[in-house]
Amino acid sequence: MKFTEKMWLIFKYSFKDMIRAKWIIVYLLFYLLLGFILLFLNNDLSSSVITIMNIIIILTPLIGTLFGVMFYYNSREFTELLIAQPIRRSRIFMGQYLGVSLSLSLSLVIGLGLPFLIFGLANSAEIFNFIMLIFIGMALTFSFTGLSMWISLRNSNRIKGFGYSVLLWLFFAVIYDGIFLSLLLIFENYPIDQFSLLMSMLNPIDLSRILVLIKLDISALMGYTGAVFQTFFGSNWGIVISGIMLLLWMTTPAYMMVRSSKRRDF
Amino acid sequence: MVAIQEISKKYRKLEVLKDISLEFNEPGIIGILGPNGSGKTTLLKTILGMVLPDNGTIRVNGIDISKDYNYRNEIAYLPQIATFPENLSVKELLAIIRDLRAVDSKYMELVSLFGLEQFLSEKLGNLSGGTRQKVNVVLSFMCKSEILILDEPTVGLDPVSTVKLKELIKSHRDMGKLILLTTHIMGIVDELADEIVYLLEGRMVYRGFVTDLKLSTQQDSLERAIVNEIHGKDVVDLQI
Repeated sequence: MKFTEKMWLIFKYSFKDMIRAKWIIVYLLFYLLLGFILLFLNNDLSSSVITIMNIIIILTPLIGTLFGVMFYYNSREFTELLIAQPIRRSRIFMGQYLGVSLSLSLSLVIGLGLPFLIFGLANSAEIFNFIMLIFIGMALTFSFTGLSMWISLRNSNRIKGFGYSVLLWLFFAVIYDGIFLSLLLIFENYPIDQFSLLMSMLNPIDLSRILVLIKLDISALMGYTGAVFQTFFGSNWGIVISGIMLLLWMTTPAYMMVRSSKRRDF
Repeated sequence: MVAIQEISKKYRKLEVLKDISLEFNEPGIIGILGPNGSGKTTLLKTILGMVLPDNGTIRVNGIDISKDYNYRNEIAYLPQIATFPENLSVKELLAIIRDLRAVDSKYMELVSLFGLEQFLSEKLGNLSGGTRQKVNVVLSFMCKSEILILDEPTVGLDPVSTVKLKELIKSHRDMGKLILLTTHIMGIVDELADEIVYLLEGRMVYRGFVTDLKLSTQQDSLERAIVNEIHGKDVVDLQI
């Protein structure tokens, strides 16, 4: 299978280039520090998991966005050289995308895994919640790295590419919830359970947040809506559907990126 | 070797290539000339499959390049700007190209020709612009291919390296390769090129052998001969 070999090659170099960069080490150190400080102060795994969840559902998309954009524009000339080599474009961009998102995921896994293991994660019931937290962090990293690389590919002007990517992050992290809440308020006299379920599926950050909350059994805090969400997301169907949605959020941006790379001029 | 048929390319409203047809069947050095923005780089990039033409077809060794990317095994490319992943070493960069395609087993001779041995373990981000350009030259000349595409090859090189590069280009012509190069330095064209293709606003306005051009225009300097042939006499007589 020669073609996958070439993609592996691109992946290896992108991964190496990433893990040797200063910023990714800062990112790793941030998680290490965060994990140790939280566990030291709390000395309680489950409440630390909740605090960390609140941080990573905002932070992983932002970091994925920034690194995706930076990697794309910094390596643009080298990517052009690669495009002139006997290799399919899709392999180049898939390889680079996997290199960026996996190196970021590695920082997340090591940076949070190490402190939690030291504080006795392996013998705790929290291990499944923790694994889910890491999985969601990775899903968001993949999703937003893909989205930002796709946006960068479509904008040769790096200021525009950077701006649109950060705006998209801001939209999903903040603006979306604002719109969502206003709609809930405006239509509070109508049955909008189905609608709010749908709305939260269409935002990967919301979807991740709800998945974690339900799993952590703190949905009771969310009142009536929480009960609706609990019946949906807590059921087998709900888990399957939301799992599929998250998987779609992981893969679709990468697919779109590869697709638009085929028609672009370099 | 390369057959370009009626290709054109538009970037939004800007027509960069207009109905260009060209065929190169013999080995030799072809200088692609023209003012800034005349479409030289775009033309080369269409042959490499980097820019996709709106119309027309390009065949390399008889194969339509839009159908199969493997034809690029036969084309080595030296891009205008040399920027590489900052955190990789020169050695690792050479390894990437070596793993991607067939490479001359004696490529380390090229590395020493340009005095790059001392930089092999150095990170590319720490190299000076000139050294990076030398790496760029090695990357393209180490490929085993019939066709070489060089976009402004001497930019950023010191005089000694420029001389070495010119000799290298000549030796690759003697190996029977087709070499397409763009440059603004007429001295290089005069010294190296067998034939020139002149582009103006995306159209091919002239193609001919360098010796014929000098004869027909009765000019010793290639620069004057070109200006004479393409832009008419008035430009040459222009007084500043």
